[in-house]
Amino acid sequence: MLTLNINGASKELDVTPDMPLLWALRDHALLTGTKYGCGMAQCGACTVHVDGQPIRSCITPVGSVAGKAITTIEGVQSTAAKAVQDAWQTLNVPQCGYCQSGQIMSAVALLEKNPKPTDVDIDQAMGGNICRCATYPRIRAAIHQAAKTLG
Amino acid sequence: MKQGHAGQAIPHDSAIRHVSGTARYVDDIPLPLNTLHAMVGTSTCAAGHITQLDLSAVKSSAGVKAVLTLDDVTGHKDIGPVFPGDPLLSTGEILFYGQPIFVVAADTYQNARRAARKAKIEYTPQTPLLDVKQALHQQRFVRPTHIFGQGNAQAAIQAAPIQLHGEQYIGGQEHFYLEGQVSLALPTEEGVMVYSSTQHPSELQKLVAEVLHLPIHAVTVEMRRMGGGFGGKETQAAQWACLAALLALKTQQAVKLRLPRADDMSLTGKRHPFWNQYTLGCDEEGKILGAMIQVVGECGYSPDLSDAIVDRAMFHSDNAYYLPNAHIVGQRCFTNTVSHTAFRGFGGPQGMMIIEQAMDDIARRVGKDPLDIRKLNLYQEQQTTPYGQTIEYFVLPSIIEQLEYSSDYWQRREGIKLFNQTASHVKKGLALTPVKFGISFTAQHLNQAGALIHIYTDGSIHLNHGGTEMGQGLNIKVAQVVATEFGVDIERVLISATRTDKVPNTSPTAASSGTDLNGKAAQQAAQILKARIAECIATEYQVPVESVEFVNNQVRYLGGALSFAEVANLAYLHRVSLSSTGYYKTPLIHYDRKAGKGRPFFYYAMGAAVSEVQIDTLTGEYKVLRVDILHDVGTSLNPAVDQGQIEGGFIQGMGWLTTEELMWNQEGRLLSTSPATYKIPAISDTPPVFNVALLKDHPNGVATIYHSKAVGEPPFMLAISVWSALRDAISSLSHYKMSPRLDTPATPERVLRAVLESRAHNP
Repeated sequence: MLTLNINGASKELDVTPDMPLLWALRDHALLTGTKYGCGMAQCGACTVHVDGQPIRSCITPVGSVAGKAITTIEGVQSTAAKAVQDAWQTLNVPQCGYCQSGQIMSAVALLEKNPKPTDVDIDQAMGGNICRCATYPRIRAAIHQAAKTLG
Repeated sequence: MKQGHAGQAIPHDSAIRHVSGTARYVDDIPLPLNTLHAMVGTSTCAAGHITQLDLSAVKSSAGVKAVLTLDDVTGHKDIGPVFPGDPLLSTGEILFYGQPIFVVAADTYQNARRAARKAKIEYTPQTPLLDVKQALHQQRFVRPTHIFGQGNAQAAIQAAPIQLHGEQYIGGQEHFYLEGQVSLALPTEEGVMVYSSTQHPSELQKLVAEVLHLPIHAVTVEMRRMGGGFGGKETQAAQWACLAALLALKTQQAVKLRLPRADDMSLTGKRHPFWNQYTLGCDEEGKILGAMIQVVGECGYSPDLSDAIVDRAMFHSDNAYYLPNAHIVGQRCFTNTVSHTAFRGFGGPQGMMIIEQAMDDIARRVGKDPLDIRKLNLYQEQQTTPYGQTIEYFVLPSIIEQLEYSSDYWQRREGIKLFNQTASHVKKGLALTPVKFGISFTAQHLNQAGALIHIYTDGSIHLNHGGTEMGQGLNIKVAQVVATEFGVDIERVLISATRTDKVPNTSPTAASSGTDLNGKAAQQAAQILKARIAECIATEYQVPVESVEFVNNQVRYLGGALSFAEVANLAYLHRVSLSSTGYYKTPLIHYDRKAGKGRPFFYYAMGAAVSEVQIDTLTGEYKVLRVDILHDVGTSLNPAVDQGQIEGGFIQGMGWLTTEELMWNQEGRLLSTSPATYKIPAISDTPPVFNVALLKDHPNGVATIYHSKAVGEPPFMLAISVWSALRDAISSLSHYKMSPRLDTPATPERVLRAVLESRAHNP
């Protein structure tokens, strides 16, 4: 049994400390918004926040995040998150949508750290989130738009 | 105010769910109690026979509930979609490295995975056949050769002032849908219910039924959305569904089979690699007089869809150019690899590449700009293709003219020439390439679709059709059609999951045809219901039926109007059926395979792109600096969706031709089995200047749904401009005298080799 702080609530999960956080979230906390893509931290589909930092939950042992604030796509609620989600919809970013939870989590973390990112900043922060539909031009535009909304 | 009708750039129907993590994919479905998890055990050689199969350690592994081999299959053992050749599990013969031999179900995913590795298998291995040219030499084909043409190519080439020859190797492509292959099977009273990430629920349903030895009606398949398909889930989702269903019936428990990423990449087919060559004759101006083209697909171990894929490569080996005398040969080679399959463009891109290479080669030979050669050879109205289809509604001359202007092609050409003369190590290249892509399944019977609409008494509309949503925006477009027909806001139309028990015997969502086919079928269903309602109103209010119209969420008639909800209830009270199917089949298309003549395509979708690149001649590294695209979607049903398909298709095509390299070792084992070793484009690969526009004021000349055009595949091939621009930059090293060979993917290594070759040619 491990106690995790997920989306602001304390949850007791029947998991071993070496289980990847992704499986604890999906199979035990039943939060399926975070996706399995590659299982080796190379695609970004499993991105969540731990104490505000974007991390790849598929390679993060759940034991290492006990006591820390874990935020998933279901619980991301900051002003930046709202701006990103709105911009994502206005600019019609998602196609198949499968990678988009991870994209949004990375974009929110970027804007919370850097409110006016350049294209280079965006490339660096988002480079580990791949999208096979290649919605990249719109991801870039949506991050700029969200930055503008946030002022 | 009309909300969400055809032509409006409204968001994807799942937009809110996509951004909030609530869009449900197969792997997200809450599982029934005691669901088992399945994993396949695979071969560790690429060719040979199994001499010993010891599964005792697998069976006794923790949590294991069932282990099955082909001997446990009571129904069909072969799941070849069109032709046989795809055993569900190995027959004892090994055809490729990673071929599934057995399947195990256990209480957890981890236990299944551990158990699958415990098999003791011995083989008598054989030397695998891995080289397409060797296969060609040995005449090892999975399907017969097909040939078509017009005029007398050989005589025309011999008589021509200039003869040219070229060859190319075109690499394959991993689909890399972010959501991998996955199926969930639940035993039911009569058979099995399958949730699968598939582009072809009906075929999957049939194959599951055949494997289980059940009638098709005992199997139901549901598909809400895929996390990407791109062709990789047209036929190759079926194996995992069949195995999950087999285990579900055996154990009478729900079974989920989700491939780990490395298995997904090793065990499923890819875009076909091709080896192509041309011999052509042209005049001194560069006009083609005759061409002989050979396209050879590397198909892997079985036919799968390779017959149609190589056909489509042949149908596109002319791309947009008139070949007055042509002889086109298409061959389908066997190799000991996974069975290569559908992938956006379906062979078309690989076929187009050979004629685009020829265009560049002619330009270097006659000393002209490649764009001039492309324009010189461009089709004109009423000319015929090598397979006998007449060119109609040919908008490419207009597209190219507009794009030359909007992209500043000629001014930039001069600037680049100047730059290349002065820059020492960095060279720039520019290319404009067109796309003419035939729309329709080349297998005629697939060009049909069905839809189902219910109207409930509160006026809400339930829409179902045979197409599948994989991100291309099919569902929202079809819903827009239905909203337009009924004159209601789109919110009134609920799009529901594709299910084989709602619309039967459907075609795969493929060949870019999803909206063309299902949009028309849904339109027909809506029109049937409108006619019934109009008749009901005419009788009730004693007005002419022609006076009834469906506008602004109302049904109006001579002297009155009712809300759509009131009308629905009225119709119900008058015992009018508020449910209808709709059906559509594409007219005019036919192809006589024996004669190699016909009209395989209802129409062509067209577009063109200008790409500018910069290469470092010391390292072979390069950047794409700017891309301008003008693409023809007829009258767009949804410009936001269409433009997204163009942007994404282009970038995906660019990945295919540049960074995405499939690597097999000498034993036939795939080495590029993860995103660490297989590089699809990332955000930093997006061209810094990327101007994408839709061609205006050109409704489709044929009667498609509201005169729109298909858009899923055609933009993929616009990326050929990047490859051609790379060749242009390299050619500058020989003062544009030499056309360097540049096989794909044009990785920096290949670019560097071409640079050295081009330099060596510089006197």
